[in-house]
Amino acid sequence: MSTARFKIWRGNADGGAFQEYSVEVTEGMVVLDAVLKIQAEEAHDLGVRWNCKAGKCGSCSAEVNGNPRLMCMTGMDTIPTDRPIAVEPMQTFPIIKDLVTDVSWNFRVKQGIKPFTPRPADAHDGTWRMQQRDVNRVQEFRKCIECFLCQDVCHVLRDHRKHDEFIGPRFFVHAAALEMHPLDVADRVEELAQTEGIGYCNITKCCTKVCPEEITITDNAIIPLKERVVDRLYDPLSKLLRIFR
Amino acid sequence: MDYQTYEHDVVVIGAGGAGLRAAIELSASGVSVGVVCKSLLGKAHTVMAEGGVAASLGNVDNRDAWGVHFADTMRGGQYMNNARMAELHAKEAPERVRELEAWGALFDRTADGRILQRNFGGHKYPRLAHVGDRTGLEMIRTLQDHGIHQGIDVHMECTVLALLKDGDRVVGAVAYDRERGRFRVFHARAVVLATGGIGKAYRITSNSWEYTGDGHALAYNAGADLIDMEFVQFHPTGMVWPPSVSGILVTEGVRGEGGVLKNKDGHRFMFDEIPDLYKNQTADNEEEGWRYTQGDKDARRPPELLTRDHVARCIVREIREGRGSKHGGVYLDIAWIKERLSNGTEHIKKKLPSMYHQFKQLASIDITQQPMEVGPTTHYVMGGVRVDADTQMSNVPGLFAAGECAGGLHGANRLGGNSLSDLLVFGKRAGEYAAKFAKEHKPGAVNADQVEEAARRALEPFSREGESPYKIQQDLQQTMQELVGISRQDVEMRRALDELANLRVRAGSVGVIGNREYNAGWHTALDLPHLLTVAEAITRAAVERRESRGAHFREDYLAKDEGLGQVSLLVRKLGDGSMQVVREPISELTPELAKIVDDNK
Repeated sequence: MSTARFKIWRGNADGGAFQEYSVEVTEGMVVLDAVLKIQAEEAHDLGVRWNCKAGKCGSCSAEVNGNPRLMCMTGMDTIPTDRPIAVEPMQTFPIIKDLVTDVSWNFRVKQGIKPFTPRPADAHDGTWRMQQRDVNRVQEFRKCIECFLCQDVCHVLRDHRKHDEFIGPRFFVHAAALEMHPLDVADRVEELAQTEGIGYCNITKCCTKVCPEEITITDNAIIPLKERVVDRLYDPLSKLLRIFR
Repeated sequence: MDYQTYEHDVVVIGAGGAGLRAAIELSASGVSVGVVCKSLLGKAHTVMAEGGVAASLGNVDNRDAWGVHFADTMRGGQYMNNARMAELHAKEAPERVRELEAWGALFDRTADGRILQRNFGGHKYPRLAHVGDRTGLEMIRTLQDHGIHQGIDVHMECTVLALLKDGDRVVGAVAYDRERGRFRVFHARAVVLATGGIGKAYRITSNSWEYTGDGHALAYNAGADLIDMEFVQFHPTGMVWPPSVSGILVTEGVRGEGGVLKNKDGHRFMFDEIPDLYKNQTADNEEEGWRYTQGDKDARRPPELLTRDHVARCIVREIREGRGSKHGGVYLDIAWIKERLSNGTEHIKKKLPSMYHQFKQLASIDITQQPMEVGPTTHYVMGGVRVDADTQMSNVPGLFAAGECAGGLHGANRLGGNSLSDLLVFGKRAGEYAAKFAKEHKPGAVNADQVEEAARRALEPFSREGESPYKIQQDLQQTMQELVGISRQDVEMRRALDELANLRVRAGSVGVIGNREYNAGWHTALDLPHLLTVAEAITRAAVERRESRGAHFREDYLAKDEGLGQVSLLVRKLGDGSMQVVREPISELTPELAKIVDDNK
């Protein structure tokens, strides 16, 4: 058993500061365990979101030594303990208290995306037929646990604060899951370009790197969507055809 | 006291599968709906469900039909189930699953492009529609993404303290929001409880912090009967090592895909004891068991896929008799299937991706190479609010319940996969009938005194320097774990009752620091009364059931008792505030249902 030192950001919208705590580390412990131990033993009113503690719900997102991480999936044995471990809230969203941020913007953004719209059923009993190979790529996107770490790390949101013009990697994945769904017949290409700001993404792949579900956000979701936008709206030939239509 | 009032025709408390499905149905019925949930939308425990949703679609084995599903559910529940609920559940589950597909869910596929189904404990045929081992995520996300376009108001991170009554009838709820700690009143013509389980009454559990029996306790305090509270499911396979992850679920899907249980001597102990009810349906050699997992329709299921109550007890036996694994569990081995399948490693990763991930990251174990260490974990409560099978209304007018917080469907033991289908079938029904109730009744009146009282009590912990709420919660969990766990006896449970009485006194003088903004200590203190209520209900019912049946195992009464097999236990609150356990005869099966049970024996 060893002791680790933590500095956890404490405060609210009016400001705050890091506070130091130390905690005994046992085998297999993750950062969330340490934070909850600190909460139970000395900082009873410490604000932190968590649920499943198994990387399945996406609640305990935070920045550990500056890296956007799920605290429940960050083993203490993966971080150096010779200096205090910094834990702070996600920077892209407004702070509520301590490690808890206001992520309601994400829920509003999703509401603005055209919902799933299936084609008529394939069979008389009202069901559809789909091949596994056709659902594989959408199943990758549907692994998303909505931890919003990709939104947190994206510089368009984090540094440039384009929340009003750009929906962020999470919702490009969501749009891709709908656009590539074998049954879906709605069209989301124009809004992706015009109101959802896909052009702001300059494919630095930071989102892909932080995704705890290992979804290849940039290559499999964003780039194919960008291609659809380009094909539809910026291809010189079809542009010409549109004029004469 | 300052509070804001919200008006809805119907308020749904809880936003897991049952709550969301109820809300969607309410909205479709043309009433206004408010959903109140403790966490953010999409984080409820449904998201953790792994193996699949049970429905007799018959896509993989066309011998399956609702009657077989019904008979399996009754056998699994040791015939303590509410038969009408089990009938409705089996009949309606296929339609509820197909509906999810129409809302965008993408289940794994059969070769001919239909929804794929897998084997699971206690289900005669491959019946669980699934998406790898993340079926719950698919389900909650589908309901969420559909629901947000149906005009439902969602009050996230808002916890209900008490239900409000006008005479006999429930007319709303008083709650606080986590963000600022402000009180809110929800005024409604009907209330649907969909708050899930009670796992946090135990130290080792697969449940998250939220599952403190809120719906059970709210209903009980409002005068509703609880039923079957002695039946708590200990899932046989939770993680046991490292300590910080103990209790986290390891899906039954591992065994469905061919995983086997072994003790420290490498012996496959599940063959040692097969219950009489299941003798005809269980393989008697390893070869046959393997063939079953690979879809051989003539083979019988391996004993690892017996019901959860039985598997959990066999594991406990191995551990107690000194044949456990290094860290006090047993071994669950899926890696061995590489001997049979040339692409075994890839197959495991494809079929059990989140298990692969979970063990790799949390236990540094590669499940394609090494066995897992597993042991029982508190997972689910079969007991809950006693409801009418068709409408899901409790004995309190206007108060409905669905999903885990409702009782009856599962009897003495729930089959894996029957929870997700329960949420859908009875979530819809609760929504449908709560809407009907709301249309047929005028709004009742909110009594401001009830609101003031709930708010005043909620603020008390700020006004004193009392004991830590975390400490009281931990002691409660330890008490239940040690004295009312998987193996029970009278003398221990009576000690538990004394201990719970003590804990109630301590909870009455709990103190919290800080202010009302997102204060986890305060929230923990406010969960304590609910936890104490469900812990007491479980214990009192368990004392009363002097027999071993299903998930309820008594060391001092090892056999089944014929008389007790004919009754359910109800828990209700008396006028003086004390808790009473009463026996209620289980209704006889209709001739039609009795015949189905017989035909499937």
